[in-house]
Amino acid sequence: MKVAVIQFPGSNCDRDTVHVLKNSLKLDTQLIWHNEFDEKEYDAVILPGGFSFGDHLRAGIIAGHSPATKGVRKMAAQGKPVLGICNGFQILIEAGLLPGALLRNTTLKFVCKWTDLRVEADNTAFTCAIGKGSRIRMPIAHNEGRFYADDDLLDRLDADGRVVMKYVDENPTGTSRGIVAIANEDGNVVGMMPHPERASDAALGGVDGLGVFRSMLEWARC
Amino acid sequence: MNKLFSVEVIVSNKPRARDPEGETIIRDLIHMSGYESVKEVRTGKLLTIMVEAQNEQDAREKIVAMCNDLRIYNPIAHSLNVRVRPEN
Repeated sequence: MKVAVIQFPGSNCDRDTVHVLKNSLKLDTQLIWHNEFDEKEYDAVILPGGFSFGDHLRAGIIAGHSPATKGVRKMAAQGKPVLGICNGFQILIEAGLLPGALLRNTTLKFVCKWTDLRVEADNTAFTCAIGKGSRIRMPIAHNEGRFYADDDLLDRLDADGRVVMKYVDENPTGTSRGIVAIANEDGNVVGMMPHPERASDAALGGVDGLGVFRSMLEWARC
Repeated sequence: MNKLFSVEVIVSNKPRARDPEGETIIRDLIHMSGYESVKEVRTGKLLTIMVEAQNEQDAREKIVAMCNDLRIYNPIAHSLNVRVRPEN
């Protein structure tokens, strides 16, 4: 499996993600500048965290319209695994690949902390190796990560099993129904606010994030 | 007798002060997507304020005075645009 990690101007979790994929999971991984991304070369793509294009106008919207995102859209349509982490989740929403909105945290603060999460769906390319109901820990680090949708959409996401992860015990950003990760209808496109790449090495406090990336490998067999 | 007025306050950089957010939006979003006829984008901040006043002029004066008093804009770098929504 060959994985692309797309680097936009302002991405800052790109190298961490590449490090985990390449050195911990021994995957053929390429860090690719957004203007040079050719989707035909890859089996999966990850949009990393950061502040693409300075978060100007709205976090994720400029990258969401960039030529690189056209390639991401093609991969999504082909059923290939597509993961957006943090700013990558914002980009997937602004590109129209995932529904809803990511608004400013109700605390009006940048929240950076470890959080407890529960996996709500394991029929996705990024949770199939973890298991529904699993309790996992990953850090969040964002200012605009309050997933928001109206009740109709929330009910639909729930009913369709597209809510992928929720906070447990607390809701540090005021997100709707505690949702921190959602998937598209086919489960191959996932957006998540928590950072699995920051929870993939025991030396950094936890390894639950590895399951997210391992799922991508097993997805074809799920 | 006082009535409730809706007043829009727009704070934006003065024309001489560069607006990197507007520059990014036109370069990397608008022109990148082919909208070449768009020639400039300036960003700003919009505050919609509900204020009690006697009439439209009173509403404007109250809000302008408040914006000056509280430095809701920085007169060195920003221009202030105050629009009172007409009474229905």
